[in-house]
Amino acid sequence: MSPHPTVAKTITARPVIACHECDLLQRAIAVPPGGVARCRRCGGELYRAAHRRLDPTLALVLAAAVLFAVANAFPIVGLEIQGIRNVTNLFGAVQALWNQEMRPIAALVFLTTILMPAVNLAVMIYLLLPLKLGRRPAGLTVIMRVLQSVKPWGMLEVFMLGIIVALVKLTHFATVVPGLALWSFAVLTLLLAAAAASFNVRDVWDRAYPAPRGEVRA
Amino acid sequence: MNATPATAAACGLLSCHVCGLVSRAPGTGGGTAHCPRCSARLHFRKPNGTSRAWALLIAAYIMYIPANLLPIMETSSLFGSENDTIMSGVIFLWSSGSWDLAGLVFIASILVPLMKLIALTLLLVSVQCRARWLPVQRTRLYRLVEQVGRWSMLDIYVVTILAALVQIGSLATITAGPAALAFGAVVVLTMFAAMQFDPRLIWDPFHQESQHHD
Ligand SMILES: [Zn+2]
Repeated sequence: MSPHPTVAKTITARPVIACHECDLLQRAIAVPPGGVARCRRCGGELYRAAHRRLDPTLALVLAAAVLFAVANAFPIVGLEIQGIRNVTNLFGAVQALWNQEMRPIAALVFLTTILMPAVNLAVMIYLLLPLKLGRRPAGLTVIMRVLQSVKPWGMLEVFMLGIIVALVKLTHFATVVPGLALWSFAVLTLLLAAAAASFNVRDVWDRAYPAPRGEVRA
Repeated sequence: MNATPATAAACGLLSCHVCGLVSRAPGTGGGTAHCPRCSARLHFRKPNGTSRAWALLIAAYIMYIPANLLPIMETSSLFGSENDTIMSGVIFLWSSGSWDLAGLVFIASILVPLMKLIALTLLLVSVQCRARWLPVQRTRLYRLVEQVGRWSMLDIYVVTILAALVQIGSLATITAGPAALAFGAVVVLTMFAAMQFDPRLIWDPFHQESQHHD
């Protein structure tokens, strides 16, 4: 029962893992595909069980990449006040802030809604394609670190909510014309959530290095 | 709690924050340990995490004041100009009948940042006192802070879209106000502070033997 690493080696030694939130050592157990292993002390997520195939994840990520391109290329929303019409897309909004001397905010919006989500999607495709072909992606360690640092800063789902709030505010004094990018952002938010839930960091490492040297087992 | 459960640090093991591999710490000959699989630097605990988190948190507290007092949005139209703070934006939504959105913006822009500041302060103080109360709940609080923090970007995005769209010459013009800068800083600083905080410190008082501090 106790996953203490100094106990005698069992017949099937399993990798020992440490909870990232409370540092408790536990032996990795088999979890049904898509299931989550949780720390028995603090309840933190230890790892997700891998899906057998990478195809669904890859399909989700590719679809998200296409929608991301559409969402950036087309106007989010148009505004009509007394016959004058104004349209904006995401990059246009960033530019507008930049020109209003709100450069740090423009940079923050650019990072969290354009650059970080783009890097995140590109990195996932870069990792999944070779893994699907049974190869180890080049520069895996660097790429995984990039993925880890980029992840918290992609905030498209918050941006989507921001669009909705802004539109509600505008409908009080102008005619609002939803653009193609608005619908793309809505679907993209769902696709990104599904892709993030199905992308498995631990599985990437296990596929690339099935039995790493130096790993503690018990 | 029955017999003290084993932690990686107490057993001289290091877990990699990038790939999750648990490996044996090299002998006490000094030098930095690297993960045998991904070669990331290994630490028993995030180095200087607590003092860095404090520095970021104090900066966030300071920025929180202008973020709430200064205007976040400046509207000028034929009928004159108007400055909106975060709170007056919520009140506008409320009085125009969008109670649900008013509640949403109130939670995302006022409640979440404030709760985040208080929660991080509580976590840091409790860890420095090596407190033993409610470790599971404090770990959960940390998880919540990490997951919910991003939603306070909401007002920044609302202002971004409004400032880009409402540029109709003398008829109506919206520009972002100085509070947007301060508010953006609060969000970013508290996110970094939460990243620097090491939740494993919450559990360390239960392991007296863990003297491996890096
Ligand atoms: Zn745990």
